[in-house]
Amino acid sequence: MLAAIAWWVLATIAVLSAFAVIAARNPVHSVLFLILTFFTSAGLFVLLGAEFLAMLLVVVYVGAVAVLFLFVVMMLDVDFAELKQGFLSYTPIGAIIAVALFAELALVASASMSSNGVPISVAATGESAVTNAEAIGQVLYTDYLLVFQMAGLVLLVAMIGAIVLTLRHRPGVRKQDITAQVGRKRSEGVELKDPRPGQGLG
Amino acid sequence: MFEIGLSHYLFMAAALFTIGVFGIFVNRKNVIIILMSIELVLLSVNINLVAFSAYLQNLEGQIFAMMVLTVAAAEAAVGLAILVTYFRNRGNIAVEDINQMRG
Repeated sequence: MLAAIAWWVLATIAVLSAFAVIAARNPVHSVLFLILTFFTSAGLFVLLGAEFLAMLLVVVYVGAVAVLFLFVVMMLDVDFAELKQGFLSYTPIGAIIAVALFAELALVASASMSSNGVPISVAATGESAVTNAEAIGQVLYTDYLLVFQMAGLVLLVAMIGAIVLTLRHRPGVRKQDITAQVGRKRSEGVELKDPRPGQGLG
Repeated sequence: MFEIGLSHYLFMAAALFTIGVFGIFVNRKNVIIILMSIELVLLSVNINLVAFSAYLQNLEGQIFAMMVLTVAAAEAAVGLAILVTYFRNRGNIAVEDINQMRG
């Protein structure tokens, strides 16, 4: 009963804030609503017994991806009111496609009701002795080792790609040149003078 | 109503997915909102995966949801990097002009 109330509250907030993401006038508000959607989805994951994934959602999505979005939105100096202009002209075609898509998906989802119209129940997987994180850890580093390594590779490639894309060499900026530093010779740096006694270098 | 079943999660994820697709259609000019819509779509897929994982008492769905999470993070990073580079070159982020780049 309590879980059902929690589900309805979380699901309602998630769907409403997801709609606010695409409808908000200010992109900063969009990002904040996106964070709210992720948080409530993490709550739904907890209700399903997937605590580890819920924590992952909060850490990775809210902590990394959403903050990245926030940085980009705040650093780009864009006139967002101008970008919002086409909103109404695309709404009819978008609404038609959205309704059709939702009807199809709902048709598929309603197949998950049993024949007397009662939804098939979902039990949390946390009943056994091991916790959810422990159960995932037991299979992630053994059965799914290759997949896990490939996920790491995907992140590495994405990191290198993002750095290569945003790195730029501006002329006229003084930077450390290690080749020039190491390649210095003694004759370029030091000069021997032979001053006369009592006169100095004068 | 008070028995939360698989179909509840499926309907909710379908709603999120539809909102994401709708957002891509409606915000045709703003790439940032389009990227956020893609995040919403991937999130709805994750909800489906975890719901089926709980329904089948099988952890595979949660492992797969982690991989989707990884790809979503990588996609957001590369997408935003492209966006920053595009903004640096053109001074705006209107998607409709991107076809003028031609390679």
